[in-house]
Amino acid sequence: MRLARLAPYLQVAPLTVVFLLFLAVPILTIVMVSFWDYDTVRIIPDFVLTNYQELLFSPVTWATYGQTVLFAAITWVITLLVGFPVAYFLAFHVRSATWQTVLFLVCTIPFWTSNVIRMISWIPFLGRNGLLNSALLELRVIDQPLEFLLFSDFAVVLAYVHLYALFMVVPIFNSMMRIDRSLIEAARDAGGSGFQILRSVIIPLCKPGIAIGSIFVVTIVMGDFVTVRLMSGGQSASVGLMMMNAMSLLQYPAAAANAVVLLILVLLTVAAMMRVVDVRKEL
Amino acid sequence: MAKRSDVELIAVTKRYGQTLAVDGVNLRIPSGTYCCLLGPSGCGKTTTLRMIAGHEIASEGDILLGMDNITNLPPARRGTAMMFQNYALFPHLDCVENVAFSLRMKGVAKAARREAAMEVLRRVHMEGFAGRLPAQLSGGQQQRVALARALITDPSVLLLDEPLSALDPFLRVKMREELKALQTRLGITFIHVTHSQEEAMALADLVVVMKGGRIEQADAPRTVFNRPATAFVAQFIGGHNVLAARAGGGSAVLGNGTVVPLPDATATGDIHVAVRADRARLVSGEGAPGRIVVAGTARSVEYFGPIVQVGIDVPDLDPLAVSLAEHDFFAAPVAPGDAVAVAWAPEDIHVIAP
Repeated sequence: MRLARLAPYLQVAPLTVVFLLFLAVPILTIVMVSFWDYDTVRIIPDFVLTNYQELLFSPVTWATYGQTVLFAAITWVITLLVGFPVAYFLAFHVRSATWQTVLFLVCTIPFWTSNVIRMISWIPFLGRNGLLNSALLELRVIDQPLEFLLFSDFAVVLAYVHLYALFMVVPIFNSMMRIDRSLIEAARDAGGSGFQILRSVIIPLCKPGIAIGSIFVVTIVMGDFVTVRLMSGGQSASVGLMMMNAMSLLQYPAAAANAVVLLILVLLTVAAMMRVVDVRKEL
Repeated sequence: MAKRSDVELIAVTKRYGQTLAVDGVNLRIPSGTYCCLLGPSGCGKTTTLRMIAGHEIASEGDILLGMDNITNLPPARRGTAMMFQNYALFPHLDCVENVAFSLRMKGVAKAARREAAMEVLRRVHMEGFAGRLPAQLSGGQQQRVALARALITDPSVLLLDEPLSALDPFLRVKMREELKALQTRLGITFIHVTHSQEEAMALADLVVVMKGGRIEQADAPRTVFNRPATAFVAQFIGGHNVLAARAGGGSAVLGNGTVVPLPDATATGDIHVAVRADRARLVSGEGAPGRIVVAGTARSVEYFGPIVQVGIDVPDLDPLAVSLAEHDFFAAPVAPGDAVAVAWAPEDIHVIAP
C-alpha cells in the first residue's frame, strides 16, 4: 500500500534528478555567483550589486546587446525567408515519400561536420584572395576584391543563416506535413488562388512550426560567441563574447551577472512568441 | 428553383500512368436529381466525382453542366461545390469564417460575407454555433457546417464524397434524412458517393453502380433492386441469390441439375439467374406444386428483428439465403443442420444476361 503510493514519485524521480542537477543547480549557481565580489585573482562570496550596476550602466553593454539583438533579428528574418519556401517545397511539391526523405537528408548533410569546421570552410571562399573574389575579378565584374565578404557583419549573418536555417526548416516542414491535404482542395474548391491558399490556410496552420523554429534560431543566435568571433575577425561583439572575455579575465561574477541578464532577455523573447502562437498544439 | 442544369459525362476516362481508374463512362444526371455513385472501393466512383468537381482532370471525354463544357475548368468556376469526406473544415477558422471562406476568396468585405454566412448557417440550423471552432463541434454539426460552406456559393450541383461515413450509425440515419430533405427543398442536383447500398437505396433517385471504372447499371433504386443488370449488381445490392445456370429452349439448368423455366425464352448459353431472398420460402417435404424447389441443409440462422435470414447449403450450388418475416420463421422454425427445401415461384426468377 505504501509502495503503491510512492510508485508515481519514484517514477518521476529520475527525470526530476536530471532536471535539478543539470538545469536548476547550474542556474541557481550562476544567479548566486552574479552577486559575489571579485578582484584580479579571486572571487569572493558576498552579496553585492556592483556586477549588475557596472553592467547596466555601461554603454558598451547596451551597444553589445543591441548588436546581438540585431544579429538575432536579421538571422531570424533571413532563416524564415529561406526556411519557409524550402519546407513548402519539400512538403507540397515533392510528391513521393522517398524523394521527401532523400531531400530532407540532403538538408541535414551540413550537420555531419562540426559547426566550427563549417564556418572555417567559408574563409577560403570569402577571403580577400578567396574563390569568390578571384572569380569575380576574373570575370571583370569587380576590379577590387570585395572587403565586406569576410570578417564583417555580413560574414557573421551568412554563417548564422548557413548554420541555423535547418532549425527553421524542420519545424515548419513538420507543421506542413500535418496539414490535411483535403483542406487545400477545399480552399481551391472555394475559389482560392495559390497565393490566397498560402495566406489564409497554409501560413495560419504553420504558425506553431514557425514559432518553434523562431525560438530555436533566436535563442541560439543570442547565446552565440564562436560564430561572431570567427566570422567577424574580432570586429563585432556579442553578449556571449562579452562573457567569454570576462571569464578569461577571471571576472566570473561579472560574467554571471551578464548571463542572468541575457537569460531574462531570452526568456522574455520566448514568452512573447508563445503569447502570439499556441505552440502546445504542435507538441 | 435552380436553373436547368443536367450533368452529362461523355466517354469520360481517367488514367494514372498505366492504371485505368475510370473507363469511358457515359452518364446523364437530370437537373434536380439525387444521384448516388455506388460501388466497392477502387471502382472509380470517387475519381468520377472528383472529375466532376474539377479536382481531377479527365484524361479523355467531356463533362457538361447545362450548356457548358466544364471538363477543364477550375473547381470554383464550374457551378459545383464539393463536400469532402472528413468535411475538411479549416481548423483555425470559426464556423462563420469557414462558411464565408469562398466569399473571402472573392474579396467580399468582412461584414457582408459574415452576414451571408450567418444566413446559410441558419438554413442548416447552426446559427447558434457560429463562433465555435470545428474541433468544438460534433460530427453531425461539422457536417452541417461543411454543407453550409458548400451551399454558400449557390451551386447547381452539390458533390458529396462519402458524407456519412464518418458518423456513428444513429447519426448517419438522421443526417441521411436531413440530406434528402435539403436536396428536395433546394431542388439542386446532389451527386453522392457511397459504398453503402442501403444509403444509396434510401437517398437516390438515380443509383449508379460502378465496378472497375465502368458503370454496371444506372437506374432508379427500385429498378436496380428488381432488375439488376449484372450478376455483380445483384450481389452488391444484396438481397439476391445469384446462381450460374445454363440456358436453352426456354429453361435453364442450375449447377445441381434443377431445371427452372425462364420467362424469357431467348436466353441461351451461360447465364445467371437472380432470385430475391425475400421471395424464396422454406417448404416441407416435396413443397408446393408449380414452384421450383431446391433441397439443402440450413447452415446459419440470423435474427434481424423484422426478418430472419436463413443460410442454406445446397450440394453443387452456391449457398442460398432466404429472408423470412419473423412471424413466418417462428411458425416453422429451423435450426442449423436441419434438412430444408427452398421454393420460389417461376415468375420471381430474374434472368441476367451473361
